[in-house]
Amino acid sequence: MSLPPLVEPAAELTVDEVRRYSRHLIIPDVGMAGQKRLKNAKVLCVGAGGLGSPALLYLAAAGVGTLGVVDFDVVDESNLQRQVIHGQSDVGRLKAESAAASVREINPLIDVVVHNTALTTENVMEIFSGYDLIVDGTDNFATRYMVNDAAVLLGKPYVWGSIYRFDGQASVFWAEHGPCYRCLYPEPPPPGMVPSCAEGGVLGVLCASIGSIQVNEAIKVLAGIGDPLVGRLMIYDALEMQYRTVKVRKDPECVLCGKNPTVTQLLDDYEAFCGTVSEEAQEAASGATITARELKEMQDRGDDIFLIDVREPNEYEIVSIPGAKLIPKGEFLNGSALEGLPQDKKIILHCKSGARSAEALAVVKSAGFSDAVHVGGGVLSWIKTIDPSLPTY
Amino acid sequence: MSVSVRIPTILRTYTGGSADVSGEGATLREVLQKLDADYPGIGARILDESGKLRRFVNVYVGDEDVRFAEGLDTATPSGAQISVIPAVAGGA
Repeated sequence: MSLPPLVEPAAELTVDEVRRYSRHLIIPDVGMAGQKRLKNAKVLCVGAGGLGSPALLYLAAAGVGTLGVVDFDVVDESNLQRQVIHGQSDVGRLKAESAAASVREINPLIDVVVHNTALTTENVMEIFSGYDLIVDGTDNFATRYMVNDAAVLLGKPYVWGSIYRFDGQASVFWAEHGPCYRCLYPEPPPPGMVPSCAEGGVLGVLCASIGSIQVNEAIKVLAGIGDPLVGRLMIYDALEMQYRTVKVRKDPECVLCGKNPTVTQLLDDYEAFCGTVSEEAQEAASGATITARELKEMQDRGDDIFLIDVREPNEYEIVSIPGAKLIPKGEFLNGSALEGLPQDKKIILHCKSGARSAEALAVVKSAGFSDAVHVGGGVLSWIKTIDPSLPTY
Repeated sequence: MSVSVRIPTILRTYTGGSADVSGEGATLREVLQKLDADYPGIGARILDESGKLRRFVNVYVGDEDVRFAEGLDTATPSGAQISVIPAVAGGA
């Protein structure tokens, strides 16, 4: 399905621009007309992280005239394995600023707009309204549903991509011409069911594989060339080196873009819609959360405790709290961990930052270990407050 | 009917790491029942407590989303490729 160009062409290209974009200009499908459309285009990249890095670099090089960057985070050393728009000297710097600097270095002929802020229900409509197309490079369900809803309500196309370990997915959601994200996945998974990249990891170069598909599709939609990935989901498996596409249908029952929409404005609270921690976990953790320092004091006093690390084996291998026994969260969720727990010791659970241990705590408590607790902030908090010499990840 | 079932990364802990497993059944419902018998626990990640497909997991027979076909009653002819595609949000 080919679609009309999203953007009208700019009046002209300067001599500098013709020289710079000559390899585009001699492609018949792009040509002067296509490049002028790119020059007139305003594209917003949500997130200057794994997907945002390659997306911004290539959108800038391609000559997209106005490029917006939204990010609130600062560059961390653990980002550099994949977020190639940032460099070693950018560690500690705001990502939006760092990304904008790289973009200006790659292409001084375009305008960069820095949005040094978290995208919220308060600002998303206003920020999006200044752009023709959105590239979604965020890392959580709450923001993704908010991006989708705002884009649909404003009638804007957005290019979606997501990554996990060796798996990537991409699509173009554009309610006017096809399905939206809610047509594909009407509801987010409950918290704890789908791990994030911070928990599960991601192959660095996978970001480029998916980010470049997103840029490819953005350029096609802006210039009106080819068959955009509207109504199709691209699924990439980097281990098997396979691309597959499946159909994504517009759901007539979609609450947002269906025949009788019930969602006609942004939700009040996307975090609540997606839930960062399940209700069971919140309940279990309330009044049963200790600090890393309290754990250290218990160990120093020689209290009769049984410390369990509920992360995955390769995380345990990176860094662990002395004395902790590894029993991954999955063994609590399927119940197999319970029979091995001692009845006569106080059970203390921990994970990386406290979310997974709260989930496991709910299981342990409902199995009758009523005095079990978990460590708020997990091993990261232990490293920060007890032993800063240990590596973080 | 012998079919092949594509297992996403986040569910491969149930299949001992296998990305592709073989399945049996004339409909998706039967294929999923057999899958859960072969790999206990995996069914609950795809179906909810009332036995319906979870809203954040899509199942395709070929390249068609079964939600827009016959759901769990969608026919799975011999040789069909069934894909389980859960929502993933990573991007940073």
